[in-house]
Amino acid sequence: MTTTQIAQVGAAAPEHIPYRPPRGVRYGATAGLLVLLIAFPLMFPNPTVTSIAVFTMIYLVAAIGWNIFSGFSGYISIGHAAYYGIGQYTVALIIIHAGLPGGWDTFALLPAAGLVAALLSIPIGWLLLRVRKHTFIVLTIAVMFILQLLAFNLTDFTKGSGGVTLPFPTWTGNFFNMPFYYVGLLCAVVAGAVAWWVRRSKFGLGLFAIRDDEERARGLGIKVTRTKLIAYAASAFFVGIAGGLYAPFVGSVYPQFGFDPNFDLAIAVLVFVGGIGTLSGPVLGALVLIPLQQYFYLQFGNGNLYLVAYGVLFILILRLLPGGIVPGVTNAWRARLVARARARLDGAGRTEASDAGRKARA
Amino acid sequence: MLVLQAVIDGILIGGFYALMAAGLTLVFGVMEIVNFAQGILVVLGAYLSYALYSHLNIDPFLGLLITLPAMFLVGVVIYWTMIKPIRKDRVIMSLLTMFAVGTVIEGVLDLVFTSNLVETTTSYVNSSVQIGSLIFPEIYLYSFAMAVVLLSALYWLLYRTKFGRNLRAAMQNPTAARMVGIDIDRLSAFTLGIGVSLAAAGGMVFGSTNSFDAASSYDLISRLLAIVILGGFGSVGGALVASIVMLVIEDVVAVVWSPTWGQTTFYMVLILVLLLRPQGLFGRTAVRAQ
Amino acid sequence: MSVIQVTDLKKSYGGIRALAGCSMTFEDKAINGLIGPNGSGKTTLFNVITGYETADSGRVSLRDRDITNAKPDFVFAQGVGRTFQITRIFPQLTVLQNVHVAAQRQGFAAQARGWDSAAERERAMEVLDFVGLARLAPEIAGDLSYGQQKLLEFATITMAGPSVILLDEPAGGVNPSLLRHISDRIRALNSEGVTFIIVEHDMEFVMRLCDHVLVMRQGSALTSGAPEQVRSDPAVLEAYLGTEPREGR
Repeated sequence: MTTTQIAQVGAAAPEHIPYRPPRGVRYGATAGLLVLLIAFPLMFPNPTVTSIAVFTMIYLVAAIGWNIFSGFSGYISIGHAAYYGIGQYTVALIIIHAGLPGGWDTFALLPAAGLVAALLSIPIGWLLLRVRKHTFIVLTIAVMFILQLLAFNLTDFTKGSGGVTLPFPTWTGNFFNMPFYYVGLLCAVVAGAVAWWVRRSKFGLGLFAIRDDEERARGLGIKVTRTKLIAYAASAFFVGIAGGLYAPFVGSVYPQFGFDPNFDLAIAVLVFVGGIGTLSGPVLGALVLIPLQQYFYLQFGNGNLYLVAYGVLFILILRLLPGGIVPGVTNAWRARLVARARARLDGAGRTEASDAGRKARA
Repeated sequence: MLVLQAVIDGILIGGFYALMAAGLTLVFGVMEIVNFAQGILVVLGAYLSYALYSHLNIDPFLGLLITLPAMFLVGVVIYWTMIKPIRKDRVIMSLLTMFAVGTVIEGVLDLVFTSNLVETTTSYVNSSVQIGSLIFPEIYLYSFAMAVVLLSALYWLLYRTKFGRNLRAAMQNPTAARMVGIDIDRLSAFTLGIGVSLAAAGGMVFGSTNSFDAASSYDLISRLLAIVILGGFGSVGGALVASIVMLVIEDVVAVVWSPTWGQTTFYMVLILVLLLRPQGLFGRTAVRAQ
Repeated sequence: MSVIQVTDLKKSYGGIRALAGCSMTFEDKAINGLIGPNGSGKTTLFNVITGYETADSGRVSLRDRDITNAKPDFVFAQGVGRTFQITRIFPQLTVLQNVHVAAQRQGFAAQARGWDSAAERERAMEVLDFVGLARLAPEIAGDLSYGQQKLLEFATITMAGPSVILLDEPAGGVNPSLLRHISDRIRALNSEGVTFIIVEHDMEFVMRLCDHVLVMRQGSALTSGAPEQVRSDPAVLEAYLGTEPREGR
């Protein structure tokens, strides 16, 4: 795809063009985005808008979490709604059984939602990760439907198709969405930090190696099963938290909306569109697509036009830009820098280029 | 007795499930793609048969003369536009693409037909043949017969024709097959066409025995995938056996325990088998590493 | 002194007998060459020794320790590294990261720290420098030329400091100057005590480089000895060139 002018071993080396923007740019952009996100509901307090913003945060947490496993390991899971539902039911059932009032207490349950999801993900993951990648993808959906069926059938436990209704929080009116938004944003920041940390850790390197060539990774001493399982549990944790946020926000939990195949579709599409396996891809995808989706839903009301739109978008991305927008843009920008460097190399002659090579070390 | 009735029901229903599952597993065996859209394609076939019957009064079985070729074409078109262009990472990319295609078809069907449940209720749907205390619903008898006919035709195609020989060669070693002049693309398109038309045949029966809408595809694809995993990806015989076994188990559990648990046992069996034998009942074990 | 010994190894794929009772002994601290016509089972032997495939029967021992049918990571942990016939690297990682994958760390907490630790980086750059790829450390491995990827694959396994290295056709598709470079690196490592077992078709390469040559034919050992000995052995010539025409397949 993209090449710098790679010299043969022993010949003069050209300059190295970095693959990412310089650290200052990256950190600055992240900080700027964070400031924007914090200020957003204060600038646009309209409840309709902030409601969309809350959904965006929920999906953002889930997308970052999903990407930690599926993006970094290459095992695409289209059944993570299993953990979304588990998170929802965990929070809902604790509230009901402990008789908690709505409000701030529900947020304290978020870690529980994540933990329960993560704990349950371990035996599930252990079972699923024994098979090859394509079978794995299929099984993730099967597991999701099993849980949906269980939710429908274990009526004593989950109240079945009647669903679980949650008490209203103590705050109402125009202010309603704010706490959900900021808690959601906090969770997203935590998720983003974890993703960032995974990527720079030895553990993460092992995960990426598994993505590129699992068998060889194993042959070089990486504990493949353990690595995959930990990443799987981490992703289940955050998706569970997303569910734990969703339940009190919407006020009810039903089997088909907890274990919701549409959720799987949305997460997969938005991470692929943003850039699967990257840090900023899920962020871009969530911040762009979820508001769009919610906006169209409110404007046109028809839920299933969304299926067609997402499906077509997915097909287009898979065909035209399977790496996603972030890598697409980054590669295009880098290709220009490479072309310029090559022109300089051809123009200036080799000795000067090797001087440049020695100086310009990124 | 009730259990025997359940077994009979399971076998009869398993028959037409075998059609849909055979289509799925055949496609994987030849092209290594998991046709995630098989569920919604079954539903599409069901809608087509339903439309032909309710608007043009064409008997569903007769309507197959129209729907089978039509769906065959759908499969071919899907292959040429969606699958063939995929260059890298074929298995995963085609799986996700078919997932997306299925989503689009589901959305379109939902828009066109809305979420009202429909069923192709012909005259013989509710009548049955009784032998002793056992009841054989006519529709299932006909569909079982049809399944036998179609699967036999498939067997003949696979094992008695040149096309079938080429197909089996491609299944074992696509590169070598290409080298001896087999046009893999044409073969693949044809195979997907067959897979989809088998889905249509199953869909016709499904639409006659269940009230359905576009969302029925989820349950279908989960079951079909479970069947194919159990039978082993790529094994048509395995799909046949697994279909019947799974449906029998489901019906027996539904009768002995409760209908709701019947559905879940389907998946529980899947998990049990995977625990013991990750490649399914008949699956090919890992091919020689190169 | 034997480093790896295989005894009566058998491995079949359906009707094809890849290994038909193969017994051979590879010499410690030497550069062993493993030759034989196509289909004689050399790569299968490698796969079985390193655990990528399981033998149907027979025994593999590493310095008298039984490692038959051990998993690849176990074999690697015993100090046996290998390369592949079709060069395998991690294409989406940088050259430096590729080498770091092989850096072994003990303990759970160690996994949580950054992959680019100072001590490991020093060793990694040393290893890359050894093969001549130091300049390309920050490049994405997938962007490298084929020959450079081969060197990277070689460098990666040396990172973990194996005592035995199995090379599967290291000369395949490589130009003569790069080949000389590879030979030099092999000899340099060997002088530090690393044992090599090299599968190759390039006779010149094998004869020039190897101390000890073993010949395989149709899944079992044919003969072995010093390069000159093997080269002029009529049985070896026959194995490569075939016998009377009527025995053709």
